[in-house]
Amino acid sequence: MADLLNALVLFSNFVLIPSVTYGAQLALGALGITLIYAILRFANFAHGDTMAFGTMVAIFLTWAFQAMGLSLGIFPVALLALPFAMVATALLVLGTDKLIYKHYRNRKIDPVIFVMTSVGVMFMMNGLVRIFIGTGDIAFADGSRFLLRAREFRDMTGLDEGLALRTTQVITIVVAVGVMAALFWFLQKTRTGKSMRAFSDNEDLALLSGINPERVVLVTWIIAGGLATIAGVLYGLDKSFRPFTYFQLLLPMFAAAILGGIGQPIGAVVGGFVIAFSEVALTYAYRRVFAYVGPENWDPEGLFQLVETEYKFAISFILLVIVLLIRPTGIFRGRIV
Amino acid sequence: MSDTAAQNGQPAAWWENPWLLFAIMGGLLAFTGFVQSWLLALTIVQLCMISAIMALGVNVQWGYAGLFNAGTMGFVALGGVAAVLASAPPVAEAWSAGGGRIVLAFVFLAVVIVAVVLARQRLGSLARSLATLILIVAGFAIFTQLFEPARDAVEAVNPAQSGYLGGMGVSILFGWALGGLFAAGAAWVIGKIAIGLRSDYLAIATLGIAEIILAVIKNEDWLTRGVKNVTGLDRPVPYEVDLQTDPGFIEFAAGLGAEPNVAAGIVVKLAFIALFGIVLITMVYLAEKALHSPWGRMMRAIRDRPAAASAMGKDVKARHIQAFVIGSAICGIAGAMLVTLDGQFTPGSYQPLRFTFLVLVMVVVGGSGNNLGSVLGGFLIWFVWVQSEALGTLLADLASSTLAEQSPLRDSFRDAAPHLRPVLMGLILVLVLRFRPRGLLPER
Repeated sequence: MADLLNALVLFSNFVLIPSVTYGAQLALGALGITLIYAILRFANFAHGDTMAFGTMVAIFLTWAFQAMGLSLGIFPVALLALPFAMVATALLVLGTDKLIYKHYRNRKIDPVIFVMTSVGVMFMMNGLVRIFIGTGDIAFADGSRFLLRAREFRDMTGLDEGLALRTTQVITIVVAVGVMAALFWFLQKTRTGKSMRAFSDNEDLALLSGINPERVVLVTWIIAGGLATIAGVLYGLDKSFRPFTYFQLLLPMFAAAILGGIGQPIGAVVGGFVIAFSEVALTYAYRRVFAYVGPENWDPEGLFQLVETEYKFAISFILLVIVLLIRPTGIFRGRIV
Repeated sequence: MSDTAAQNGQPAAWWENPWLLFAIMGGLLAFTGFVQSWLLALTIVQLCMISAIMALGVNVQWGYAGLFNAGTMGFVALGGVAAVLASAPPVAEAWSAGGGRIVLAFVFLAVVIVAVVLARQRLGSLARSLATLILIVAGFAIFTQLFEPARDAVEAVNPAQSGYLGGMGVSILFGWALGGLFAAGAAWVIGKIAIGLRSDYLAIATLGIAEIILAVIKNEDWLTRGVKNVTGLDRPVPYEVDLQTDPGFIEFAAGLGAEPNVAAGIVVKLAFIALFGIVLITMVYLAEKALHSPWGRMMRAIRDRPAAASAMGKDVKARHIQAFVIGSAICGIAGAMLVTLDGQFTPGSYQPLRFTFLVLVMVVVGGSGNNLGSVLGGFLIWFVWVQSEALGTLLADLASSTLAEQSPLRDSFRDAAPHLRPVLMGLILVLVLRFRPRGLLPER
């Protein structure tokens, strides 16, 4: 019995909790992608670098707050910087919309031109972030590192395996749940949210019923920019900040959005968790878990790792391909294929 | 490219004359030669030519067919692998340690894949799913058992020097053709899956496949030495050192009134340029022939009016796969040429910004659908890419000249200079798409 519990704790500590955390971060990013797709109808390649931009602003503010001697106790100061960074990012994406995308939107141009333009925007944001903050790894989480240490857990339960809860993991999950609840409430209950959904479902009918498209687009960019910043800051707190990593998050985020059904917010959330769980669970070496579950005194050979860690991108890609082949609309019937 | 049908046949404006634009490009390069150095100018020309070939490949995909490939980097890297596998000498010890077993493992894998395909074709629905699952799980498990010990044995052979199977030990020029084949094969598989879906999905899928190809190259040490790099590759032109010590060459250089080492550098670069020029000119010729053949007109018709083309009985998906495979093959050839020029294979140097999106900028700026435009874009954008770093450093020095010698800002300006490049490229892409969507040399 104790062996089984140990195996369970080991699994939770190294697979379940990390993948729920990572899944929440991916889901927040994928929500932004999916909202832009639903309203503006293109795949925004600049989203990863938007995340990087928002996180960069949050890091600068964090440093400023730290220099002023601010502290949030056990929580990282970055949480205080987050709202300001969200505003800055929202302003940035609104600026790109006004200067760049609006022109094409007014002319109803082919979506692939939008995608290509977003590649240009990606280039610019990428360069700007690297100019301001460099290309290296930056850890900006302060406060206490753990809410529950592995040793405390072992003392508490008497098990051999420990379960650690990092502060950033708890923050990620709490913030993500809060943000998602607020977003779904907004989309379902408020007038603006309803007009966004109407616009996404049928643009012509929405226009006929008097919805102001520019207002819908404006709100969409603000939300997407805010979500990108939250996702980026949470990811950066949990792991670390590095511009190239954020660019690489683009693939799992796209995969999450498409897997869930592109244009469907609930799909992005489910997709994010599916992708994250697959990535973590398939690249984890189960050797010690099997040692507990297997017969007494059995020391299994090999790592029992299904996929090497280097190939974790391949997992989101393969899931994406499977979905595209079997059910191109994704789990929750996305918009257009 | 969106409404070419309406604009075809309209006379070109004088500034759209390719001769004029290429003359300006030549002037820029000559300026570099006079002001900076001729060696630098020739180095830029070499990479301009390779870039132009990549741009021609992407033009077949984006310009002819309207396919947005966000994974050019992967095909370019595959070309590099081909150059290594063609030219590196085989490592006999590694082959005897586990080469045969690796081949066996992959033959087994191929058998499993064939069995899965057959099972899916022949069996009923329930039996089909069951057989697929069993074949994949069992096949993967047996493959791992066969492959992993063999791989470890190969990688253990003298890891500091080799640790891989090596190549075929033939001329690296053969690797250029092989690079095209590798890229074409990969493109065919991905095309089968992703083409026919919405355009953005193709972009996302290709973005993913490029990352995976690179992950394989970086981690499968038995095949490519991974991040340990392969250096000292075969070279189709003489080495500078050999020329400098050759009495005949010293005399030749003295006859020209040049330093032997400078002359050697220039001669080697010119030899590469001649070699690349043959490929580039052949490619431009073939691409033009293809574009102005019934096939080219059909491709453009499919791009502009897919529904109408489909109604005329054209197989849109098959044509798109064709364009995708051809374009990728050209990128693969360019990738092999690039590795030849470097003389080494360094997987860490493949960056999506540099090898995927930069090539896209070249095609869009040059003029989507226009082959000469792609060549021009390849030259111009590569030139700007290289020189903008020099410009950035210059600006940084100017900006910091007012600062104290030890000012930390001075360093940060210098560090920031190379990152101006992506900003500039993004700006160029956005501005061209906005104000001159048909590029410098519009499609005719």
